[in-house]
Amino acid sequence: MVEKYKAQYGSALDAQSYLGQNYFTVDRSLIPDLLRRLRDDERFDYCVDVTAAHYPKREKQFDVFWILYSFDRNERVRVKTQIADGESIPSSVPIWPTANWLEREVYDMFGIKFDGHPDMRRILLPEDWKGHPLRKDYGILQQDKEWVQINLGIESGQ
Amino acid sequence: MNELKDNALPNAVVSSSANSAAHLDLDTPDKPYLASNELIINMGPQHPATHGVLRVILKLDGEKVLGTECVIGYLHRGVEKIAENRTYTMFNPYVDRMDYVAAVSNGLGYCQAVEKLLNVEAPPRANYIRVILTELNRIASHQLWLGTHALDIGAMTPLFYTFRDREEILKIFEKYCGARLTTHAFRIGGCQYETYAGFEKEVKNFLAFVAPKIDEYEELLTTNRIWLERTKNVGTISAEDAIALGVTGPVLRASGVKWDIRKAQPYANYADFDFEVPTGKNGDTYDRYLVRMVEMRQSLRIIEQAVNGIPEGPIMAKVPKVIKPAVGEIYHSIESPKGELGYFIVSDGSTQPYRLRVRPPSFVNLQALDVMVRGQLVADVVAVIGTIDIVLGEVDR
Repeated sequence: MVEKYKAQYGSALDAQSYLGQNYFTVDRSLIPDLLRRLRDDERFDYCVDVTAAHYPKREKQFDVFWILYSFDRNERVRVKTQIADGESIPSSVPIWPTANWLEREVYDMFGIKFDGHPDMRRILLPEDWKGHPLRKDYGILQQDKEWVQINLGIESGQ
Repeated sequence: MNELKDNALPNAVVSSSANSAAHLDLDTPDKPYLASNELIINMGPQHPATHGVLRVILKLDGEKVLGTECVIGYLHRGVEKIAENRTYTMFNPYVDRMDYVAAVSNGLGYCQAVEKLLNVEAPPRANYIRVILTELNRIASHQLWLGTHALDIGAMTPLFYTFRDREEILKIFEKYCGARLTTHAFRIGGCQYETYAGFEKEVKNFLAFVAPKIDEYEELLTTNRIWLERTKNVGTISAEDAIALGVTGPVLRASGVKWDIRKAQPYANYADFDFEVPTGKNGDTYDRYLVRMVEMRQSLRIIEQAVNGIPEGPIMAKVPKVIKPAVGEIYHSIESPKGELGYFIVSDGSTQPYRLRVRPPSFVNLQALDVMVRGQLVADVVAVIGTIDIVLGEVDR
């Protein structure tokens, strides 16, 4: 499987393994295609998780991860790509409906927008909350003071 | 005022024929007896059947559900953000507060994920203790589910039965680690506590005690006419839909997919034990009930084998005092009572996780609610929320 994709995508795709877990590090341009092929051709029919990590010092600030599982192969694989702040990424909801809430959570926590998502709104935080808490520049005690004061009628939530 | 009076009775209600007495014409479809419009109502966030602070916006046509939207996040505490600001050891108790009715499972998943990242393995005795406690917790979680689910549907007795029996499990937890719910039973590398004197005997006594009690629950419900009417063909989800929606745990198995991480990718020492993975056929609320009942019995089997085979030896692996995993990422998941509970940890080589992601089974399973209740009656929404077995602490984290 790895050779096949490496031959096709060349330097845009890199396959690695750490502690027995396999993952692809890919260029953003591969994103909906590779995921769709993993589902259709390699039978990774269960999207376990979609998540992200923030690296503020990097030029491309975000890592986005897809954790996939195949019932037939009993195998997991991760796909990882980098995107810059403010850049969006194609949604995988057309491939796996389960990505719907998972991508909403990534948007809520990191501010990464997914193109073609049917309902790109916050999911855990209130809709008019300002800031994305899992970014590294968002402090652990930070809050949207204005929102707290208007909606909860208290000075601070801390 | 007069006009209002004239319109108060819709034309359709009064027969148009002048010679007969007024009667209700219910047969002609274009003459509605009562004007029925689509109605949007809120269920929750404070509602006894939503098992916490879940708000479901229901779009109804009469009693029929046309669609739903879940509003969640009322219990959001930023667990993943807290993890980035704590050391690996300090974060361990926090995971108990997610799925607080199955805290032992949460702790097992987290400890094993960090162990994987450190490339250490818990010693065999620790694994046996872990399996015993985790399976006891699975029974406790299913008992709590059964009691509250049955109460939602209108059967009050099972609640008292299950809480009475769950108490025995909590007593064992309390004796083992001092806590009943948020146990913090395991440490990275093994277990903190050796079993107390008489632990094995008490666990065996519990097994003998609870096996007939599970039959008792089944006597109350399995062939109960009302229970069948309220659960059969309610909230059906096909295997294809369940996989596409990422549903795991008993909900997936009730749809006929024989998949349990304990069998598919065994962790701890589950590979040593003999047990069955139950599946359902129809994927309805009744099948999910049956699957969980069988799971409780299978858990008893696992505990029995574990408690009889528990070896002597150390309970902690050699783990450094200050945990500093090498740079890398790891995903580890276990079969929690609710489904696949996964931890994805990104380490930057420091004492704190750079990023810690929890893959919560309740959150992902709740997404399937809409598919399961569309076209059903509004009263079935309560049954379906109960049958998915969500814990809002885990949905919102």
